[in-house]
Amino acid sequence: MTESTAIAGGVAKPRRSLPARLRAAYMRSETLRGYTLLSPTLVVMLLCMCVPFAIMVAMSFWTQHGFDFDTTPTAKNYVEAAEGPMFRALILRSLYISAICSIVTVAISYPMAYYVAFHVHRRKMFWIILLILPFWTSYLLRVFAWKIILGYNGAINSGLMSLGLVDQPLEFLLYSQTAVVITLTHAWAAFAILPLYVSLEKIDRSLLEAAADLGDGPVMRFLRITLPLSSPGVIAAVLLIFVPTVGDFVTPTLVGGPDGMMIANIIRATFGKMNNWPMGASLAIAMMIIVTLIALIYIWLTRRLTERVA
Amino acid sequence: MKAKKNTAYMSRPSRPLRIYAFVYLGFLYIPVAFLPLFSFNDSLYVAFPLTSFSTVWYEAMIDNEPMLSALLNSVKVGLVSATIATVFGIFAAKALTRYRMHGQKSVLAVILLPLLIPEIILGVALLVLLSRLGVTLSLYTITLGHILITVPFATVTLMARFHGFDRSMEEAAADLGDNAWWTFWRVTLPMVMPGVIASFLLCFTISFDEFIVAFFLSGTEPTLPIYIYSQLRFSQKLPGVLALGSCILIVSFALVFFSQWIRRRGTEDVSGTGI
Repeated sequence: MTESTAIAGGVAKPRRSLPARLRAAYMRSETLRGYTLLSPTLVVMLLCMCVPFAIMVAMSFWTQHGFDFDTTPTAKNYVEAAEGPMFRALILRSLYISAICSIVTVAISYPMAYYVAFHVHRRKMFWIILLILPFWTSYLLRVFAWKIILGYNGAINSGLMSLGLVDQPLEFLLYSQTAVVITLTHAWAAFAILPLYVSLEKIDRSLLEAAADLGDGPVMRFLRITLPLSSPGVIAAVLLIFVPTVGDFVTPTLVGGPDGMMIANIIRATFGKMNNWPMGASLAIAMMIIVTLIALIYIWLTRRLTERVA
Repeated sequence: MKAKKNTAYMSRPSRPLRIYAFVYLGFLYIPVAFLPLFSFNDSLYVAFPLTSFSTVWYEAMIDNEPMLSALLNSVKVGLVSATIATVFGIFAAKALTRYRMHGQKSVLAVILLPLLIPEIILGVALLVLLSRLGVTLSLYTITLGHILITVPFATVTLMARFHGFDRSMEEAAADLGDNAWWTFWRVTLPMVMPGVIASFLLCFTISFDEFIVAFFLSGTEPTLPIYIYSQLRFSQKLPGVLALGSCILIVSFALVFFSQWIRRRGTEDVSGTGI
């Protein structure tokens, strides 16, 4: 990193040129210097992303033969996935569960983040830590904890039975889509709290004062200032929860049962028991394309929406 | 006076929100509290009603060789990937906050891309690549996957810190005759140190807990989450896993408070800004 020498070099080289070109040369060298500094990270990230994906795309057109691959390209896997009922049902269910989960998580976390941003004045950091602390436990154990709560002999059932409210344990609590949504909501709450808190904390308090001076009540202040200005946090939080939860297979396996099985379960199976890697690769790519498309549409829609509001 | 009156509504505590906050905390903590609760329960079955208090699962843990080696593996993978990810993050964050570059947004998008791809796809893609290259799956392959996952977190954490401090400090150091290397060591690094520590801890935590990518990239040596997952099927092994989980809980709670304490001490003399 030689900023001073690079500036000197940038100035010295085009000495005979016009000031405007001098400036352009400097700007160009700033880009160059920036990329020089960036290059280690960028090269590693690009290599680790592009190469595996290229090979995975290639593999998705192959066919599995025992423990080997037939590398003649064929779109058979994609056709099979599109025509069979399983993929469609599982991907739709996964998208549905993840969408519900991300909306619920953001909705219930918003008041919490709001409370810390606006009503906690001392020890804000303590509250933030308190809210994030549970996420330092193992993800698997947090998911498993819900199995203890919702299970046949679990906390809810034994509690209800000892109170005499039910005679037999409720069986629908565990192994359902609701169980998956509840568990995921709990497991990913931190991903909602943090972006929401950051965007709420950033809001200039003088805007709220100005609105109050101009006669807006608390509800209007919230709707016209707080909510629109915190929308980047809301948008980010929804995306940050939606994308990873679509690909989760731990929660569906532990609390979902057959009814709560998701797309990641089948992808995992193709690389494991089913031993059909090309099929798994094409399912993974199909899933990624669908998730990316949804994310892009979502970003585009929310951007247009926030522009219109602003 | 007027300003005081106007801001009063903001500082006024809101009772419904306060109650909501405590309900929310309950939702977060009660499920987690079941883990230590059952780890002290003298029964093979993780179910109510509780039988009697016992520390037998903690005693058994000390002799559990596979569990301890999995724990060690996770620490190794976490330390290495957090260090490398944070170094990559420093490069990226400094470049993205200090230089006006063409295509800055696309570069940031590329670095943040792993956040926007479901982990199972990253895991599968890396597995496919490594198997075609004939690389044996090991702790190294898990570390590679974890670096890929944690670099975005490191970059974002560090960028916030680089944005947060006054660039003129660096310029002053350069004016006073420090070369770029010394400016970095004597001004930039101390100023972003809280960010570096935060990034390292965040990356370590993510790696330590990461299961999905590790699941695809692990060889014969499991990390802790993989070990735990394999144990969840056997009910007689579960209380031991819960005991371990409770220990991790306590250690990580202590770590978080310790790092906050360090950060507070560190930021007192440098600047007061938070994360």
